[in-house]
Amino acid sequence: MALIDLSKKEVHCKIVYYGPGRCGKTTNLLYIYQAMDESDRGKMLTIDTKGDRTLFFDLLPLNLGKISGFDIRIQLYTVPGQVMYEATRKLVLKGVDGLVYVADPLLVRRERNIEGLEDLRRNLEAHNLKLEEMPIVLQYNKRDLVDTPVPTLTIEELEADLNSELKTKYFEAVATTGVGVFETLKEITKRTVRYVAEKHLLTKM
Amino acid sequence: MADFVITAQAQEKAGNLLINSLIKAGVRTALLIDSAGNVLANCGHEQQHIDIDAISLAALAAASLAATTQIAKLIGEDDFSLLFHKGKHGNIHFGRIGQELILITIFGDDVSLGLVRCRVSELAESIAEIFEG
Repeated sequence: MALIDLSKKEVHCKIVYYGPGRCGKTTNLLYIYQAMDESDRGKMLTIDTKGDRTLFFDLLPLNLGKISGFDIRIQLYTVPGQVMYEATRKLVLKGVDGLVYVADPLLVRRERNIEGLEDLRRNLEAHNLKLEEMPIVLQYNKRDLVDTPVPTLTIEELEADLNSELKTKYFEAVATTGVGVFETLKEITKRTVRYVAEKHLLTKM
Repeated sequence: MADFVITAQAQEKAGNLLINSLIKAGVRTALLIDSAGNVLANCGHEQQHIDIDAISLAALAAASLAATTQIAKLIGEDDFSLLFHKGKHGNIHFGRIGQELILITIFGDDVSLGLVRCRVSELAESIAEIFEG
């Protein structure tokens, strides 16, 4: 649910990074936090367990300049990926405007990736939202593992598993070193702002 | 859940209500947020030079109240309409306003919880009218 503040000329959008446990959602936010200028980002808030697993969510507010005279303020959230935290994921999705689905390339996580996307679809439906109608991009993370002996999924396999119906844009990434992180962010931001603008600014003003 | 569009008029009206009813009664900060964690109005702390990270506070408050709703359901309640935390130097009160809004008030021991609760419930209807029509 976007917030459009006509008095301050600001548009606030919520983008949620979703995906199975340990796929690298928080790592994406951490890289963005470290790479962005202090004047363009707020404080990063994390609620995690002692083992550095996200317990509730991470939040990173960003200022992304102006579009049509409106300041664009984005709040990036992550969800806890572990299966048992489904109720928490549902809470974090409240008011979401855009989504990044981060997939884990490990062969052993293949089912988790598919289950995670189904979990996302189900939890969006609880908020009367349809996955197909939301701005969403996919990120195939940890691509650096492809050159190691660890068994990984190919892009074709990931596309067949996750993107055969959505048919959305995907990005290959290595979130720990920043590869693909900003490309993913730029694309989802563009789609989300356009989605919100088409709903309000262009149609009602 | 529909998007919120705030006009300058709505913001001024809500701000005046919060200042007159809460800030003038001694409340340090009154923050009106929606249940997704967006800040709709923020009054008080600027005048008193207290630095509050409103964005983090709003996100955590919305999450905390959403978690509280789930706790309520576990014991057969629909929802708990308020949350209160008492600290050494400051206290915080979260009150639901209608279905989608939350009013957060931060105050010291010089203001009684009873007064805050009373003022928040008095404000609920007028604020809901401004934003939810």
